[in-house]
Amino acid sequence: MELLFTLLEWLCLLLGSIFLIIGGIGIHRFPDLFTRFHAASITDTLGAGFILLGLMIAAGMTLVTVKLLMILIFIFITSPSSTHALAKAAIHGGLKPKLDDQKDNQEKPS
Amino acid sequence: MIHKLSVGLFLGVLWLLLSGKTSPLLLILGLLSALLALYLSLRMEVIDKEGYPIHLTVSTFRFIPWLIWKIILANLEVCYQILNPKARINPVYARIKCSQKSDLGKVVFANCITLTPGTISMSIDADSIAVHALSKAGIDELEQGEMDKRVTKMVGEN
Repeated sequence: MELLFTLLEWLCLLLGSIFLIIGGIGIHRFPDLFTRFHAASITDTLGAGFILLGLMIAAGMTLVTVKLLMILIFIFITSPSSTHALAKAAIHGGLKPKLDDQKDNQEKPS
Repeated sequence: MIHKLSVGLFLGVLWLLLSGKTSPLLLILGLLSALLALYLSLRMEVIDKEGYPIHLTVSTFRFIPWLIWKIILANLEVCYQILNPKARINPVYARIKCSQKSDLGKVVFANCITLTPGTISMSIDADSIAVHALSKAGIDELEQGEMDKRVTKMVGEN
């Protein structure tokens, strides 16, 4: 039983790390600010989620687990809010997203 | 009244969970700090249905598992786009209708859109949300309106 939890903990930490690395690669690979947000949101959701889940399993039924859960809820509320604020600021600052150039009839952001 | 009392209870439980101390002096200090926070928020009149939506607790717990499942699926999709060297990235911009009336409902919907990787809400208007998506598939899925319907149901507006 002990072994099972340890394995589960390390699996979660490993998966979280993999998603964080993929998010990092995406931030470098995508062409402009708006597409990079999409890559960054992987690190916010599954990356942070799996790391915190692994740490929760490691901590067991203690107060630390409750605090980690609060951190997870906090991240899930603040990260989309800050992403939205950044995207809106970029649009207001005059940055135009690179859109699919095959279709010219689609709506452009003003 | 119950609404306001539950804020006090919530603050007290939060203090207890964060501190984990049970000596009498600290318990009394914690109680005092919870009461002070309750008094201040009553004076600021921030405890209303929007700032402290306790009536949504049950429906939130029904909504969250579905949202987490959607987030995992969207994550895998964006991961595939990042790791596949041949993938052509075609970002799309569109307006998605939202059926929520209240500000709270719209904020929850916009936050859910941003939280799922592959779609970002850019600005919110009276009846639509401007969305930037990594691919056409993300916009198509939002236009089917399942997330919109579920959020509306969660905030109890249908």
